[in-house]
Amino acid sequence: MSSMLQGRWWSWGFRSTVMLYFIVLIIFPIIGIYGQSFSSGWAAFADNITEPLAWKAVLLTVKLALIATVINMFIGTMSAWVLIRYRFPGRRLLNSLVDLPFALPTAVAGLMILLLLGPRSSVGGLAEKLGFTILFHQPAIVIAMVFVTFPFVIRAVQPLLEEMDSSEEEAAYTLGATKAATFWKVILPSMLPGILSGAMLAFSRGLAEFGAVVLVAGNIPGKTLIASVYIFGEIESDNAIGATAVSVLLLTFSFLILWTVNYVQMRRKNG
Amino acid sequence: MHIEVRGLNKKFGDFQAVADVDFEIEKGQLIGLLGPSGGGKTSILRMLAGLETVDDGDIVFHGKRVNDLPPQERGIGFVFQNYALFKHMTVAENIAFGLEVKKWSKQKIKERVAELVDLTGLSGFEKRYPHQLSGGQRQRVAFARALAPEPQLLLLDEPFAAIDAKIRHELRSWLREMIDRLGITSIFVTHDQDEAIEVADQIMIINKGRLEQKGTPWEIYKNPESPFVASFIGESTIIEDVSALRGFGGSGELPGTKALIRPEYVEIGKEHDFELLSATETGRVRHIHFRGSEWLVEVQIGAAKLVTYRSLEKEILQPGDEVRVLIHRAYLFNDTNSWVMENKLKEDPMPVHI
Repeated sequence: MSSMLQGRWWSWGFRSTVMLYFIVLIIFPIIGIYGQSFSSGWAAFADNITEPLAWKAVLLTVKLALIATVINMFIGTMSAWVLIRYRFPGRRLLNSLVDLPFALPTAVAGLMILLLLGPRSSVGGLAEKLGFTILFHQPAIVIAMVFVTFPFVIRAVQPLLEEMDSSEEEAAYTLGATKAATFWKVILPSMLPGILSGAMLAFSRGLAEFGAVVLVAGNIPGKTLIASVYIFGEIESDNAIGATAVSVLLLTFSFLILWTVNYVQMRRKNG
Repeated sequence: MHIEVRGLNKKFGDFQAVADVDFEIEKGQLIGLLGPSGGGKTSILRMLAGLETVDDGDIVFHGKRVNDLPPQERGIGFVFQNYALFKHMTVAENIAFGLEVKKWSKQKIKERVAELVDLTGLSGFEKRYPHQLSGGQRQRVAFARALAPEPQLLLLDEPFAAIDAKIRHELRSWLREMIDRLGITSIFVTHDQDEAIEVADQIMIINKGRLEQKGTPWEIYKNPESPFVASFIGESTIIEDVSALRGFGGSGELPGTKALIRPEYVEIGKEHDFELLSATETGRVRHIHFRGSEWLVEVQIGAAKLVTYRSLEKEILQPGDEVRVLIHRAYLFNDTNSWVMENKLKEDPMPVHI
C-alpha cells in the first residue's frame, strides 16, 4: 500500500519536473518571442515583417535550405546505403565521422569552408576560372548548410536499411523483378520514411544555421544575407521588434515542419 | 516440373555446406528435405532457386541446365521462413507484385489476385498490411504471392517454423491439400520429422551436406540405410553391447556392433502376458511418464536401459516393478554395415506337436 503511494508520488514528482523543465526552457522563451514581436502593436509587427530586406532574407534562407536539403537527401541516402551495405576498411571510422558536423562548433565548420573555398585555394581558384565565385556567394551558403545538416538523412535512413531483411529483396527476385525494379519498388519505399523525416530535420536545421554561414556568406543585405544573420544584425542595431518579427516567421515555419515530421513518423508506425 | 540434381557441391569458406548431392524429383511430387539445423538443406533449396551460386554440379529443370539462370528466370516460387512480405504493400499488392513486374494487364492481375485470395482464404484481408495479420495469415499471403506468377516449382524454407503448434497442424494439412489440388512440384525444408512424415510424398534426409537417404516416409522408417537416418527418424535408444540381450546372442561376432532399439520394438508385461518366456528378459521399471495417450516406461535390463510405450488400458506399472521384456527386433550397425535383426528366440525353438 505504502509502496504504491510512494510510487505514485514518485511518478507525479517526476512528471512535474519534466513539465517544468519543458515550460521554463521551451514554452516561456517561445511565448516571449511571440509576445515581444507584438509588443508595439500589430502595425509595428507588420511594418517589420514587410520590410523588403527582412522578406528577402527569409525567402533566401528558405530557398537555400531547400537546395541543401535536396542535396542531402541524395548524398545522405547514398552514404547510408554504402555504410550499411558495403564492407570496406575504414567503414567504422567513416561511420563515426558522420556525426562530426554535430560535434563541431559551426564556426569551425565555417572557417574550414572559408579556407577550402576561398579564391586563393585550389578549389576556389578552379571555380573562379570556370567563371563563378563560391565564397561570399550563394553556393558557399548552400555548402555550409549541407555540411552542418549532413548527418540527419544518414542517421534516419540507416536503421531502416539495417532492419530491412535481405529476404525481401530475394523474394522480389524470385517473383521475377529485376535489380532496378527491386530497388524502386521494394527498397526505396522502405527507406522513404527515413529520407523524408531526415530531410525535414535537415531543412529546419538549415533554416536556423548561423555560425557556419555568417563566416562564408558575405552577408550582403538582399543578396546573401540569410534570416539568422539578419536577426543578429537587427539586435546589433537595437531593433528588437524587427529581430523578433523574423524570429516568429522562422519559428512558425519550424513548428510546421516538426509537426509534419511527427505526422510522417506516426504514419510509418501505424502503417 | 521434373527436377534433376547431379553432383551438387557448395562451400562457404572452408565449410562444406553441400557435398555431392544427387537426386531426381518427378513432376507433381511434394518433397521434404529433412535434417538437423545447419545440415545444408536450406543451401540446397537456395541453389535450386538461384539465390546461391553452385560451386560444382548441375541443376536441371525439365531437361534444361539452369545453373547460370538468375532466380528471375527459373520459373520458381519461393516461400521464405520469415515470409519476407513487402511491409509497405497491402495483401493484394503483395500478391500482385510478381504479376506487375511481368507486365500482366491490369484486368488479368485483378482476376489472378482475386483467385488466389479466394484459394488461400484471405477474403476480406486484401487491404490489410502484413503487420495487421496473424502469423498463419502472413504465411498464406507468402504462399499466394509465390504462386501468383504460376511457377513450375514451389520451394518452401521452413514454412511452418514461426507458427505456433496448433495452427501449424492446420496449415500443414491445408498446404498438403492445396499442393495436391494445384499439382505443382514442391520442395520444402524442415527440421521437424513429424512435419516431413505427415506432409511429404518423399523425404530426403540431409546431414552434414550429404543426402543420406531418399524415399517415402514409410520406407525410411522401415529400412533406414544409415545409423544417422535410423536415429534421426523416430525415437530410439542405442545399446552398446547387443549380444547381452536375449535373442540377439551371436550378433556381436563383429566387434563394435551396436544396436538401435525403438520403443515400438519393445514389449513389456508380467509373466502371464507372454507365450514364450524364453525369448524375454527380466527387467525392472525405472520410471513411468504419462504421455497424454499412453505411458512411456523406462526399463532397466542389466546395464542397458530401454524405453517403450504401454497402453493406458493395461495394468499400471510402478517404478521398481519386476517385468518381462520382449525385444522384437533391433537395428544393428557398425562402422561398415547396418542391418535389421529379428529376435531369434521369438520362433518357438521346440514346437510341441500333439
